[in-house]
Amino acid sequence: MASIILSTKGLTKSYGGLNANEDVDFELQRGKITALIGPNGAGKSTFVGMISGRIAATRGQVIFDGRDISALPAHERIKLGIAYTFQITSVYAGLTLHENVAIAARRRLGKSGKAVHAKVVSVLQQVGLSDRADQIAGDLSYGHQRVLEIAMGLAQDPVLFILDEPTQGLAETEVDDFVALIKALAGDTTVLLIEHNMDVVMRTADHIHVLDNGRSLASGTPEEIQANKAVQAAYLGTDVDA
Amino acid sequence: MTNAQRSHILHFATIAVLACLFFVLPAYHVGNLSRIMVLAVYAMGFNLLFGYTGLLSLGHALFFATGMYGLGMAMNNFGMAAEPAILIGIICAIVMSAVAGFLALRTTGVAFMIVTLMFAQAGYLTVLYFGAYTRGDEGFVIPQPDRMIAGIDITGETSRYFAALILFAIVFLAIAHLVRSPFGRTLIAIRENEERTKMLGYDTGRHKLLAVIISGTISGIAGAAYALLFGYAGATFATVQYSIFPLLWVLLGGAGTTLGPLIGVAFMFYLIDLSSSITQAYMLIAGVVLVLLTLFAPQGLAGELRRRLFTWLP
Repeated sequence: MASIILSTKGLTKSYGGLNANEDVDFELQRGKITALIGPNGAGKSTFVGMISGRIAATRGQVIFDGRDISALPAHERIKLGIAYTFQITSVYAGLTLHENVAIAARRRLGKSGKAVHAKVVSVLQQVGLSDRADQIAGDLSYGHQRVLEIAMGLAQDPVLFILDEPTQGLAETEVDDFVALIKALAGDTTVLLIEHNMDVVMRTADHIHVLDNGRSLASGTPEEIQANKAVQAAYLGTDVDA
Repeated sequence: MTNAQRSHILHFATIAVLACLFFVLPAYHVGNLSRIMVLAVYAMGFNLLFGYTGLLSLGHALFFATGMYGLGMAMNNFGMAAEPAILIGIICAIVMSAVAGFLALRTTGVAFMIVTLMFAQAGYLTVLYFGAYTRGDEGFVIPQPDRMIAGIDITGETSRYFAALILFAIVFLAIAHLVRSPFGRTLIAIRENEERTKMLGYDTGRHKLLAVIISGTISGIAGAAYALLFGYAGATFATVQYSIFPLLWVLLGGAGTTLGPLIGVAFMFYLIDLSSSITQAYMLIAGVVLVLLTLFAPQGLAGELRRRLFTWLP
């Protein structure tokens, strides 16, 4: 197996004359946790949107597992094993937690109700929401909805798990749980994490990729990124929150 | 008892009650109930799309009329027997809903409502335009001797009632099964949050098209059954009024519930029946009751029962 699971070449998104992303070349190492960081408006969400197929790229290529998936619609990419969690919580507010996770699991496990149920039980256990399985998702606290969102990703047993600001709005203990959860996934699952919380980034990431103004600014290990002058100027600068 | 067992019992009990009502009710109400059951099939078809998939079509009369004219014209203009004519009606409904669905689903939301409304209007005008064959507004009567299925005359009160009941039962149980199946759950997921469902790897476009086809076909079957059981096909059934009826029935009975369509049709039918026996201004009474229901039971009768008493209601 190649060590690079996903790469992009010249990935660009223009809105009118404005480039949200411009010629982004990017590589993602298999089984590692990679954090995608950058100031607000750097184009991080747009970038992962183009990887997952939610946002159509203006030009450029996305290669997943040796295959050019640039032309595939979002649902086809998800079927290849890419799971995506939304930055703005997007759960099924009117359905129970159990059904929320079951919908996520059912696409792969299909007709076997037993297998789906077993998966739902194990995933809810994993994220600590077991005792709320029969609650309506819309009645949950914001933090719990974020965790449910992650659970829906896990239920798909993804090859590549893309998380868009997963710890936003989580309490500190929940953040700790999240860090432990993500670290436990590494090895089997490749994780791409958009994260503002530098503490989380430094605790989890094997590799960091920095975007600024829609362009790649730097890429390297956490230590290299911390020492990078350009990153410090653009991002860490004076108002670093870590 | 699990929820699945409860809903099985409920569905079979409903069918059993309908069968018993035949022996209990006076002839007048038996006739009404035959009509109500066939219209409930139409409402169930509509409910699958509106109540479960979250797509509001304002043009379902197109599918109802397609089934009706598919069967009616096969019998009237081509002298076919009832059995092959039923098949023709169903095939016409499948084709019509596939074509209309394929085109209409290129839009969403309000645009989808308008496009379906326009399709139905085009269907209605087509019926009028080819008046030489369809007999337009006036419609045509399907002669009584032709209305036989497998040698059974279905024009008698008893056979008609049970023909309607069998059709109702089949569609009722099929939909109850469908909405609990993985496919049905995915339709509900699309209703709740389509973007999310797509990003869980489901081909939502394909699911929505299938929902339109199944919904349109059931509506067409209802139209064909209506023509066969009551012996008449006419352009009235293609008007916008017949697109709005199923919406009203389903809203009143409870969108996204299996029992809602039957309750809604029966309620509306008897609301008009009773109020018209009291006053000439019966639509006023009907209107006030509808407004009150919308205010105090916005989820419909079955929806309200589910919310307040029986959360397991399918």
